[in-house]
Amino acid sequence: MKEIHRTVTLACATLLTFLFVLLPTLTYASEVVNIYSARKEALILPLLEKFRDETGIQTYLITGKADGLLKRIELEGKATPADVFITVDAGRLQRAKKANVLQPINSENINARVPENLRDVDDYWISLSQRARTIFYARDRVSPDEMSTYEQLADPMWRGRLCVRSSGNIYNQSLVASMIESIGPEATLEWAKNLVLNFARPPSGGDTDQIKAVAAGQCDIALANTYYYGRIASSAKEDDKIVTEKVGVFWPNQAEGDRGVHVNVSGAGIIAHAKNRDNALRLLEFLLTPESQSWYAEVNQEYPVLPGVPASETLENLGSFKADELNLTILGENNLQAVEIMDKAGWK
Amino acid sequence: MGWLELSAPVLCLVVISPLLIIAFSVIATDSMQVLTHLWNSVLDAYVINSLLLLVGVCLLILIIGVPTAWLTSVCEFPGRKIFQWALLLPLAFPAYIIAYTYTGVLDYAGPVYTLLREFVDQPLADQLYFSIRSVPGATVMLALVLYPYVYLLTRVAFVEQSVRAIEVSQTLGYSIREGFFRLAIPLARPAIVTGVTLALMETLADYGTVQYFGISTFTTGIFRAFYGMDSLTAASQLATILMLFVATLIFCERYSRRHARYDAKKQYSTQGLRIQLAGKQAVAAWLTCAIPVLLGFVVPALILLKWTLFDAEWQLSKFFGLVWNSFFLAFLAAIIAVIASTILCYAKRRSKARIIHSLIGVTGLGYAIPGTIIAIAVISPLVWVDHKLINLVGIFSDYEIGLIFSGSIFALLFAYTVRFIAISSGSIQTGLEKITPNMDYSARTLGYKPSEVLKLIHVPLMTSSLLTAFLIVFVDVLKELPATLILRPFNFNTLAVRAFELASDERIVDAALPSLMIIVTGIIPVIILSKSISRRRNHIT
Repeated sequence: MKEIHRTVTLACATLLTFLFVLLPTLTYASEVVNIYSARKEALILPLLEKFRDETGIQTYLITGKADGLLKRIELEGKATPADVFITVDAGRLQRAKKANVLQPINSENINARVPENLRDVDDYWISLSQRARTIFYARDRVSPDEMSTYEQLADPMWRGRLCVRSSGNIYNQSLVASMIESIGPEATLEWAKNLVLNFARPPSGGDTDQIKAVAAGQCDIALANTYYYGRIASSAKEDDKIVTEKVGVFWPNQAEGDRGVHVNVSGAGIIAHAKNRDNALRLLEFLLTPESQSWYAEVNQEYPVLPGVPASETLENLGSFKADELNLTILGENNLQAVEIMDKAGWK
Repeated sequence: MGWLELSAPVLCLVVISPLLIIAFSVIATDSMQVLTHLWNSVLDAYVINSLLLLVGVCLLILIIGVPTAWLTSVCEFPGRKIFQWALLLPLAFPAYIIAYTYTGVLDYAGPVYTLLREFVDQPLADQLYFSIRSVPGATVMLALVLYPYVYLLTRVAFVEQSVRAIEVSQTLGYSIREGFFRLAIPLARPAIVTGVTLALMETLADYGTVQYFGISTFTTGIFRAFYGMDSLTAASQLATILMLFVATLIFCERYSRRHARYDAKKQYSTQGLRIQLAGKQAVAAWLTCAIPVLLGFVVPALILLKWTLFDAEWQLSKFFGLVWNSFFLAFLAAIIAVIASTILCYAKRRSKARIIHSLIGVTGLGYAIPGTIIAIAVISPLVWVDHKLINLVGIFSDYEIGLIFSGSIFALLFAYTVRFIAISSGSIQTGLEKITPNMDYSARTLGYKPSEVLKLIHVPLMTSSLLTAFLIVFVDVLKELPATLILRPFNFNTLAVRAFELASDERIVDAALPSLMIIVTGIIPVIILSKSISRRRNHIT
C-alpha cells in the first residue's frame, strides 16, 4: 500500500505545481483594464488591441454568455477582477443594473455625445452600437404595399408564411417587451397568439436561417436583426448574393405619428467594485469615438450610436428609417412579462 | 491503510458540494412565480419532448452500440480491426457541431433541397422535405455521437466474456444469435447499462443541440428560468428535479439486478477464438459497423473539411494556442478524474458502510446537470474560500491576492471533475467488478502482500478500464463548452469556445476549422489508447 501512497502523493504534488505555475499572472499590477464581455471575441478584441496600442493600458478579456458572466460577477463580489461588463441587448444591461453590479458612469464627455434614449436613465450603462429588428420579405412573392406594422404581421393574410426564431431568443423577447409598452399586455398577448398561427414552421435556428428560409421559399416574410442581413448583403459569396437579390428589407411602423422600427443596442457598464475605474472609463470613451463607431458599422454592419457617424455603405443602401425612441430601460423591465406572454401564446 | 477510508468521504464531499448547493435551492420560495408560470404554460410539453428524446436515443444507441461491440470483439470479418477503433471516432464530435453540419446540408435552404427543387416541382419537393430540426432529427444526432459510450464499455465486457461460453452454448444447440441474446447480452448487462446511463445523462444535459433545433426539453425549461426569467433559483430547483429523476432511474435498475453477480470466473484469450463470419453474414456485419462510422464521423467530417477549405476564412497561426489550451486542460482533467474515481471505486469496494456507497453514488449525478448550472454552483464554494484567503492575507499586508481558486483554471478543473466523474467512475467500476474479492483473498492467503496483489492482479486487469476512463473524460473535456465559457480565466480560449463563438454568431462555416481541430485533437488519443487497450487485452492471459 505504501507504493500507492507514494504514487498518489507524487501525482498530487506534480498536479499542484502544475496548477500554480499555470495560475494567471495576477492582473492588479500596472495599468490594466479587465473586461467581461458577452460580445464575441471577434467583435471586441480588435478594438481592445487598438485601445492598448493607443493608451498603453493592458486589456484582459473573458467572453461568455451574458447571464453566466453576470452571475460570476455577482458571486465574486467585492473581489471581482472585472472592471467593465459588455453585453448585447438592453434587457441584459438592465438586468446587470438590477443585480447591483454596476456603478454610475458619470462622464460629461459621454453624456454630451450619446443621445439620451440610448443611455440608462440613472447612468448605469451606455449603448455602444444599434441594430434594428425589422421585416424581411421575398421580393417575388410579397409587395411592400402589403406590409405596414409589426401589429399587421398577426393578420390572417400571413397564415403559414412567417419565419421567426424561438422565444428563447433575447431579441424576440425585447421586441415583445417593446410591444407591451406600446400597445399594452392584453393586445400583445392577442397579437402573439395570432402571430404564432402565421408561423411557416416551428421556430428554430438563428436570424440568418430565417432570412435564408425566405430566399429558399420556405416562408415569405421573416423577422430578423439588420446586421445579419447586412453581413449577407456585404458578402462576396455567390450564394449570399442570390439571397440578397431575393430578399428585401421593410421598415415597419413608419406612418406619421407611429412609433417606428424596434431598435436594440449593445452596451457596457462599469462594475461597482472595479479596481481600475479610470481605465474602464477611458475604455468606454474610446469605444464611443467616431473611429470605433465606424469600425462596428463596417465589421458587423451595426448602426453607430453617435449622431453624425455614417453607417456602412451596405446599411445606407437599405435606406433610412424612423426608429422607436422608447427608452431602452423599459425593455429590461418588461422582459419577464414578455417571456410569459410568449409562453402563453405558444411561441416555442 | 487508513488513508483510503479517510480520503474517500472527503473527496466525495468536495465533489458533491456544488450539487448540494444546487439541491439546497429547493428551500427558497422566491421562484414561485416563475415555476408556476412554467408549470401552467410549457413544462408538460418540455417533459414530453425530453422523454421522447430519452427513449429514442436509448433505443438507437442500443441498436448501434451493442451489436457493433459484439461483432468487433467476438466475431471475425474483413475490416474488423479497423472498425474496432473507427467505431469510436464519433465520440470526438460535439453533439451541437454534428447538428450544425447536418443542418447546414439538409436544411430547407441547404444544398440538398435546393438541388432537389431544381429537378422536381416545388410542391413535390416540399412533400419530400424532412425537417432535421425535429425531435427525430435531434434523436439521431445525439445517438450518432453518444453510441460510442455503449460500444466502448460493452466491448470491454464482451472481450472479457469467454468465447468458450458461447462455444459451449453452441454445442448445446444454441445458434450464434441465441448465444448473443441469451448469454452474451445478459452477461454484459452492467456494462451496457453503464454506457446507456452515461449517454442518457448527456442527453438530458444537452442544451446546444436542442436549442439550435428549436426543440424545447426539460433543460430548455432550466435555461428559460435562468436566462429568460432571471431566476437562478428556479433553474436550480428544476435541475434538482432532474438529479432526482436520474437517481431514481439508476436506483431502479440496480434494484432489478440486486441478486445477480457478474464476476468473470476466469479470463480467456479471445485470440484465435473468434467466430468466423463469411458471405452474407460478413456483409451484414460490415454494414452494421460501417453505417454508424459513416454517418457519425465520415460524412460530417467531410462537410467540415469542405467548409474549411472552400468557404471559411481563417488564419492557422491563431489556432496553435487554442489547441494547446484545449489539450492540456483535457489532459489534466482526465488525470484528475481518473485518480479521483480510482480512490472512490476502491473505497467503495473496501467499505461496507452504506453511507459511503450512497455518497459515491451521488457524485455521479453531476453528469446529468447542464454545464452552465454546474459552473455557477462551482464558483460559490471557491469564491467563499477565496474571500477567506483575501481576508486572511489582508490581516498581514495590503497586498491583494485576488481570486486564486475561482479565478484560475483550478475552477475549470474542479467543474470538469464534478461533471465528468460519473464517466470515469462508471468505467473503472465496471472493470473492478470483474475482479472477484475471492481473487484478492486467495492471493493474500498465498502470502502476497497487498501491494503485490495490486501489482500482480489489479494493475494488469484494471489498465484497460483506466485507459478507457481517461480516454472518455479527455475527449469529453475537449468538447465541453458551457462550464469552460463561464469559468475560464482572462485571455484564455479553447477550441470549443472558438467554435461556439463563431457558430453562435451565425458564422457556422467559419466554425468548421476549430471544430475539425477539436475532432483531430480528440482522435489521436482515441486511436492510440484504443490500440493499447486491445494490445493489453492480448497480454492479459
